Amino acid sequence: MFSISALLISIGAITALTVVLAIILVVADAFIADYGECKVTVNGKKELTIKGGRTLLSSLMEEEIFIPSACGGRGSCGLCKVKVDSGAGQYLPTELPWISPEEKAENVRLSCQVKVKQDMSIRIPEELFSVKQYKTKVDSIRDLTHDIKEVRFRLPDSQTIDYKAGQFVQILTPEYKLSDEQVFRAYSMSSVPSEKNIIELEIRLVPEGICTTWVHQYLKEGDEVTINGPYGDFFLRDTDRDIICIAGGSGNAPIKSILLDMAEKGNNRKVSYFYGAQAIKDLVLPDEMAAISERLPNYRYIPVLSNPDPDDEWDGETGWVTDAVARHMDGGDNVEAYLCGSPGMIDACIKVLTEQGVPEELIFYDKFA
Amino acid sequence: MNGELLPAAVFFGSIFTGNILLSNYLGMCSFLSVSKEIKTSTGLGAAVIFVMAVTSLLNWIVYHYLLIPLGLEYLRFIVFIVVIAAFVQLVEMIIERVSEGLYAALGIFLPLITVNCAILGVSLFMVIRDYSLVNSFFFGLGSGIGWFLAIIAMAGIRKKISGAKIPKGLEGPGITLIIAGMMALAFMGFSGMINIT
Repeated sequence: MFSISALLISIGAITALTVVLAIILVVADAFIADYGECKVTVNGKKELTIKGGRTLLSSLMEEEIFIPSACGGRGSCGLCKVKVDSGAGQYLPTELPWISPEEKAENVRLSCQVKVKQDMSIRIPEELFSVKQYKTKVDSIRDLTHDIKEVRFRLPDSQTIDYKAGQFVQILTPEYKLSDEQVFRAYSMSSVPSEKNIIELEIRLVPEGICTTWVHQYLKEGDEVTINGPYGDFFLRDTDRDIICIAGGSGNAPIKSILLDMAEKGNNRKVSYFYGAQAIKDLVLPDEMAAISERLPNYRYIPVLSNPDPDDEWDGETGWVTDAVARHMDGGDNVEAYLCGSPGMIDACIKVLTEQGVPEELIFYDKFA
Repeated sequence: MNGELLPAAVFFGSIFTGNILLSNYLGMCSFLSVSKEIKTSTGLGAAVIFVMAVTSLLNWIVYHYLLIPLGLEYLRFIVFIVVIAAFVQLVEMIIERVSEGLYAALGIFLPLITVNCAILGVSLFMVIRDYSLVNSFFFGLGSGIGWFLAIIAMAGIRKKISGAKIPKGLEGPGITLIIAGMMALAFMGFSGMINIT
């Protein structure tokens, strides 16, 4: 019923049809979708020549400029925002859910949706130029508390990372049981910037958290992990004001980095570090954080427990960390504050600090969303 | 068997009595996922109208002038999909090049509907029901408009119930499917007015 020639005809017809359509598309791609070489001017000074037709995010990545993005360019995280002054065309429906009216007025676009089709002029934060991507190896993992692990990643021998104490990196979580796609998650570095081949993070286990579960339950020493960074504007400002640091949970990480960096540089500004936790078992590195005072003359470490265990025999500060801050402060002039922790904690701290007279523009914070 | 069907009958029939989405339940995935907002639904719906109308024409020509003479009717599934995919790709490229406004409003949805089964469904029904070229075009156009109306209606309903308390297990696609079912029941009221099968 099925002769060889009929089979050949059908194969031939299908092949011919597919080939014709493919040729049409290839020709169309070469003529219609050819946007030639486009010049992308970054921050008015750096000029990149990019082959047009692809998204701004991936084109920039090819030029080794990494815009933070958690979803890998599918327009579902809204992080890869870039200011585009000219050449981006009008807003696409896929961008609009992520762009506020204020951002719209400033020409903020999602770089994973905007395609490079003509010469463009874009503005990105200056520090993104130093962002690189690293293939690191897990050097060590240790438990700091029952739910916070410290993980140290070693960079390849040929590479170093330059960052300011307090900044964060993104780590790539591969596909595994909890997640069927790769995701980037951001964590503050707790290492000292002078140690240029190590990235140290303090990661708290979040129930059902994609990256934290992976780090806590799957990651082993020697594993290879992709990290890019540094990002962020949470770092010590160069003034001579007194410093108040307030942290909770794994918010210890950037503060530890800032303090160690100050100690190394012989900075003798007055620093008070308030760390809020429930009980002694929740304190992150209490001995190490206290011992920094040996190297940092004007430093005080003030852990505050909200609910110490009966057998903790705690004689330090108790109650909410905000109340302890208020008790220890004598006026807010000549003070700047650095906060890192949950949004609730940060909002409460901002309230107390402004009540004490600290101007809002001198309160810097890193909110864990 | 339907050589004497009027194009107008096919057109209105495919919009109401034989609505491709509500009577055949085709094109459900984009219907469920993109019907959250009226504005995006409009864009997607317009893209569907355009692609359905044109691909039903293209596929009719391919079927009657290529597949039938060669005796290859059984290959129509593959051939139709390939033609639709290539056409959509081409149109997207052209729109992106020539009109930025049109691309923002419509082009962005085109890749979504390359594999929309309603589009393939229209081409296959047109073969099964043995439509003429003109009827096929009106069938594609009408089916597109029917799909457009259904998704706009769904987007409106979902907007209305966005503040409503829905049992946890039914949130999202669950309640949407129930609503689609009720809409289908309502559209059943049209059946019997025009028979286009």
